[in-house]
Amino acid sequence: MPDKHAKSSKYTADRNIPGAFEGETVTRRRFMTGTAHTAGAIAAGAFTLPALGFALGPIFKNSPHHWETVGTVNSFSEDNYSAVVVTLTPGVGEAGKTTVYVRKFNPALDTDPYDRESRFIAISSRCAHLGCPVRWVDAAERFICPCHGGVYDLLGRRVGGPPARPLDRFYTRVVGEDVQVGPRFSVNSELRRFSPRDPGEPLDGIGQYLYPSRPSEQKL
Amino acid sequence: MPRLPKLPAPPLPAPFVEPPPRPGEANGKGGVLEGAQEAGITVVDWVDERTSLSGGVRWMLFRKVPKGTNWFYTLGSATLFAFLSQAVTGVFLAMYYRPDAAGGAYESIRHVTNEVFLGQFVRGMHKWGSSVMVVLVFLHMGRTFIWGAYKYPRELNWVIGVVLLILTLVMSFTGYLLPFDQRAYWATIVGVNINGTGPLIGPYLSDFLRGGGEFGATTLSRFYAIHMLLIPGLLIALIGAHLYLVAKLGTTAPPWREPKQEPELLEAEV
Repeated sequence: MPDKHAKSSKYTADRNIPGAFEGETVTRRRFMTGTAHTAGAIAAGAFTLPALGFALGPIFKNSPHHWETVGTVNSFSEDNYSAVVVTLTPGVGEAGKTTVYVRKFNPALDTDPYDRESRFIAISSRCAHLGCPVRWVDAAERFICPCHGGVYDLLGRRVGGPPARPLDRFYTRVVGEDVQVGPRFSVNSELRRFSPRDPGEPLDGIGQYLYPSRPSEQKL
Repeated sequence: MPRLPKLPAPPLPAPFVEPPPRPGEANGKGGVLEGAQEAGITVVDWVDERTSLSGGVRWMLFRKVPKGTNWFYTLGSATLFAFLSQAVTGVFLAMYYRPDAAGGAYESIRHVTNEVFLGQFVRGMHKWGSSVMVVLVFLHMGRTFIWGAYKYPRELNWVIGVVLLILTLVMSFTGYLLPFDQRAYWATIVGVNINGTGPLIGPYLSDFLRGGGEFGATTLSRFYAIHMLLIPGLLIALIGAHLYLVAKLGTTAPPWREPKQEPELLEAEV
């Protein structure tokens, strides 16, 4: 009985394959099978890859920075927040809007070195736990989240509950007399600026590497 | 005394001989009912002659089941019927639904619930049926686990079942957004952000679900497409594989039934 595992010659002529050419190593049947498989793979790839790119495309889309006027320089106070509504995503009505809490820069409060250059502080109402809308409660001087009990102080730093980092902020600028709110950025517990992250993603220590920012949205 | 051979009957004259029934003809004179029955059988025969489907149907339905088979064995079929109910009501809800995040989605659901004939009923079937299906999936899974019915050679069917469980939960998650009311919107925000808390791939996963960094114009239609095209296709394919393996491997007896061994067989083995 012939040994199945014996090393056979690589030449088809030596393996007694009918119609073998001299020096041929791939049988014509094998070649045709490979060609058919390749053609099938190309045809399948021709509709799978564009569809996949189509589904994943928006993730990598670079949207231009969007600045929105929220009031005049004199409409905000130094020691309390005013709620303003800005549009994050145009075209989807109420679903694309969010509340931002704005106040004037206060040298007595905003002692962190990263806030020095901005004249207005804009704090996102998106909870850093899982994204519910926090509310500024004036009497308690706290931001309070209705979903899972996250509590933040006047500067947006976590003082209670499950949030993983302080509240996000928005860049602000003054154009003439108008205060404008721009792109979002995230901060760690020392209020150091980071590229925007989704809620629930800590930024202290190893967190900033475990939760990479998206390449299309970087801090300014 | 030997019996005499019987003489053959004398031949009838030709006009009195009844012709034999033609093939496919019931005994000659059937009523309308019999004719309809014959027509049905003819159609089934015609299909079966060309596909041999009846063998497959017999293989699937007329199986041997172990002694002790009881009502707990119907939990899988119950789940299947919950799925079919979801599929049928979902198809008809899709005829009215508009995945428009600027207000059209909520308005279309409001229209179905308040104005369409039986709309509230069909939507209620779909809404409550989803919870029923999840509960039944877990009961079915618990039965399989407690009976030990996941053991060799049925491990693959357990694995397929776990994938089906995950797909069912993905259906629940994506379907929750579609009414597009406050509860749906914020629950989806929270759900997508829970996905995002997975290290390294989490942020990309939530970006895929939202179709970008923020809840946007395509998020709702994306959830809708996942809910009614992508996952149902996978579910149907995997339910087919699940049922095939059930028919192929058979069901297990309940654990309290001892395997009965013939005493003679034991002696012969010794």
